[in-house]
Amino acid sequence: MKINKKLLNALITFAIVIVAFILCEAALEGWFGKGFALKRADKGLLVPICVYIVLAVSLNLIVGISGELSLGHAGFMSIGAFSGVVVATWLEKALLTIDAAGKTVPFFSDTAILVIAIIVAGAIAAVAGVIIGIPALRLRGDYLAIVLLAFGEIIRNVMNCVLVWVEGSTLQFALKINEGSAAAVPGGAQMVINGAQGTNNKVMSVAFNNERFIVGFVLVIFTLFVVLNLINSRSGRAIMAIRDNRIAAESVGLNVMKYKMMAFVIGAALAGMAGCLYGLNMKTVTAVDFDYNMSIEILVIVVLGGIGSIRGSVIAAVLLKVLPEKLRFLNDYRMFAYAVVLIVVMLATNSPILKNLWALLMRIRPLRVAAEWLQALPGRIKAALPWNKKNGKAGEAQ
Amino acid sequence: MISLLSTLLNGLSLGSVYAIIALGYTMVYGIAKMLNFAHGDVIMVGAYISFVAIFYWGLPPILGFLLAMVVCTVLGIVIESLAYKPLRQATSLAVLITAIGVSYLLQNSAQLIWGANPKAFPAMFSLPDASLFGGSVTISNNTISLLNDQLKISGNMILTILACVAIMVVLTLFINKTKMGKAMRCVSEDKGAAELMGVNVNLTISLTFAIGSALAAVAGVLLCASYPSLQPTTGAMPGIKAFTAAVFGGIGSIPGAMIGGILLGIIEKLGQTYVSDQLGDAFAFAVLIIVLLVKPTGLMGKKVHEKV
Amino acid sequence: MKKRLVDTKMVPLPSVSIVPERDVGKRPVLETRHLGIEFGGLKAVEDFNIAVGPTEICGLIGPNGAGKTTVFNLLTKVYQPTSGTVLIDGKDTSGMTTEQANRMGIARTFQNIRLFGNMTVEDNVRIGLHNQIRYGMLQGIFRAPAYWKAEKQMHQRSLELLSIFGMQDMADVKAGSLPYGAQRRLEIVRALATNPKLLLLDEPAAGMNPHETEELMQNIIKIRDEFQIAVMLIEHDMNLVMGICEGICVLNYGRIIAKGTAEEIQQNPVVIEAYLGSQGREENV
Repeated sequence: MKINKKLLNALITFAIVIVAFILCEAALEGWFGKGFALKRADKGLLVPICVYIVLAVSLNLIVGISGELSLGHAGFMSIGAFSGVVVATWLEKALLTIDAAGKTVPFFSDTAILVIAIIVAGAIAAVAGVIIGIPALRLRGDYLAIVLLAFGEIIRNVMNCVLVWVEGSTLQFALKINEGSAAAVPGGAQMVINGAQGTNNKVMSVAFNNERFIVGFVLVIFTLFVVLNLINSRSGRAIMAIRDNRIAAESVGLNVMKYKMMAFVIGAALAGMAGCLYGLNMKTVTAVDFDYNMSIEILVIVVLGGIGSIRGSVIAAVLLKVLPEKLRFLNDYRMFAYAVVLIVVMLATNSPILKNLWALLMRIRPLRVAAEWLQALPGRIKAALPWNKKNGKAGEAQ
Repeated sequence: MISLLSTLLNGLSLGSVYAIIALGYTMVYGIAKMLNFAHGDVIMVGAYISFVAIFYWGLPPILGFLLAMVVCTVLGIVIESLAYKPLRQATSLAVLITAIGVSYLLQNSAQLIWGANPKAFPAMFSLPDASLFGGSVTISNNTISLLNDQLKISGNMILTILACVAIMVVLTLFINKTKMGKAMRCVSEDKGAAELMGVNVNLTISLTFAIGSALAAVAGVLLCASYPSLQPTTGAMPGIKAFTAAVFGGIGSIPGAMIGGILLGIIEKLGQTYVSDQLGDAFAFAVLIIVLLVKPTGLMGKKVHEKV
Repeated sequence: MKKRLVDTKMVPLPSVSIVPERDVGKRPVLETRHLGIEFGGLKAVEDFNIAVGPTEICGLIGPNGAGKTTVFNLLTKVYQPTSGTVLIDGKDTSGMTTEQANRMGIARTFQNIRLFGNMTVEDNVRIGLHNQIRYGMLQGIFRAPAYWKAEKQMHQRSLELLSIFGMQDMADVKAGSLPYGAQRRLEIVRALATNPKLLLLDEPAAGMNPHETEELMQNIIKIRDEFQIAVMLIEHDMNLVMGICEGICVLNYGRIIAKGTAEEIQQNPVVIEAYLGSQGREENV
């Protein structure tokens, strides 16, 4: 009965994502007629939405499930984006084969290159997560937050100095740590990462590409699968127990560091994968794109979606990516409105004054009855479902 | 040797600005237990106010300076009472996100009012040109040249360091010698007990925000006097650095914020000069991480035992 | 106060303490040697020597502030001692963490309840079973057969353990919303789930009514008999302490002032002066 409840919750989340994906594909195919056809700007949003869902869910794993405030999530995204571009370029330039017509072409197709790059980027970000997590996770609360912010900024600074270029069919790396220092790059070399100017992504086409959107969708499903299954397993319970009461968790024999690291590294790996998709979907990404403002943007999605609520993160990520696009007519007032809404939402959901107002409204009988009926509704629907009934009886028999 | 001396002086001056900002962070953290992410943007507002007063209205710099302080003080109190006061009982994450919202609000308001283009900040004052001690010390262009022109000290640098020292002395006296200062120390240690002893906690918190914001205005003017490019995001990075400095010194500790700020400025400048002009920030952040790993509560922070 | 549920003959264990006669010749489950801790010069616990037999119910009593909970924190390695050692089942625990101490076989409850309040009662017990029924992270994420098997085992074992206190019907209730007494009982179940050799109970009867306390006493004995483990408890309720504790250790100002059976402790003039006497006066007020 209990496992079923959690399973049902997870299935609802999956169902929402899959239905949304099918609707998007249908709109792309033009099944809903001209009125619902996606415009170019809308199409351009599809892959970033997938990226942001993965980022929000992975940060929620760290902040909501594991309870560690992170202000450096964009750093892992950055590592994923840059390593992804490098891997993709290498696959395109160095791993070649000869096709039927006798032409030299890349061994893998664009989509395969994207998938491989995402996997490799995830692994590299996971390694970065381990390197950063081991020292940082010894700290707690605000100190941890500032150290992760510092790591994010260090990654940004270092990425600003990285030079990668193609020489023949090999990739060359260099660090340019002083503005004036002579560049080791031979003239006319094709740059892949050019320091502060960022990536030069020639592998993927910049226009919207449905295959890339499908890869994004699969990445979202994979993320949800990993995170939701983790939460409802032995390791996930340990992670949440440590969040709820660290001392009690230690007293029943949980290895605090191990489970904090687990959540952190999985979160970092998923952020790296999302970063890779983001980087390969753009012609250029620069290190400055992934500064602490990006980390904060993701954190805002997580908080507005509800700390610890994976479904909330998914929905908030979509809303916070789509709404600004739809509110373009507000021009300069758009970000201003965003700030005002953010403050008002935080006050409305956390201020005791509004909670008291709610309590006052609940004194009015018809309102209270209506609210109680609405609250009980999901439970009643679940109880009415045939499989729940069966399980209920089985539970009683035990 | 002389280049080292010059780097140290530059670092001291930058560090003084960080220290003044960090004081605001650390006081607010100590008393309200919140990370006031909007603090950096109050700096920017202060700088814009004095810019408008001096450049458009033609007020003398000292008046522009005072006006910025007054406006920022009021702004600090307003922000606290509208955005933070209703959230006293809320989780620290909710308060943090609200502070981020306030930060966006200030940045975008500034952009709507003054536009996104950087403004050149006017000079605050000018030293008279002179040649002293038989030409071994010359003053020109607001810059004092020593040791055969090898060491240059700008007037702004001296002003910044002096302001920092003055603020440090006055604030230390205020916290340790006055009744209000004692109330602030009480509230930072135990809000509930302070309230039971008849301390007006709300007033104390408001006052803390007022002082912190006034200091932010001072920092804003000093920062823009040294690095005269003013835009809506001017305060963000110094804000983050000062926040780092406050943690570095032990957040909640006033001498810690001072030492943290100055050390961070010096480290950043040393890193920029001797390691890499690209990695100055990274250098400063790396030192912060190392310090926190060795001493998890910062240089002067107190260790709190969790009661079991 | 005079009602006795146990009647054990206590025999001295050479040089250290006394243990129940049935445990003679067996290795004590817990032994401390000159255990002590200082907080900035203040000696909170000093020269604490005790041995607990493998099936003993042992009481640790003393006036408020005597250092009883500090002793528990030392035994479970929440604090690292500044002097002396703790042996669990004959093995030295110096330098271990709380988590390692638990794996050595020492589990505890807390004076101020520390449950995982947002989780269900059953999940609290499952966390206690963490090191007993295992499967890997990847097996959990990818739902390998080991996951289903272990989760089923965990479910059954949790209900079994909960049924000790008749709590199996509350398995799906949020732990934080349980009544106070039930939360205390759940903490004991969670500690038991870690399969300890020694169970430390910090004021298990606090906030319980006389009827509940009576039931708790029966249950503590039942747990000891069923699991064949030692129990050490801190308690201010003298009915409970005198009713079920075989060996009692009295602490005052961080030092042991008396060790013995319930009768011996009740007649010990030092104890009466330090503890029972003062409480007697309080009761008269």
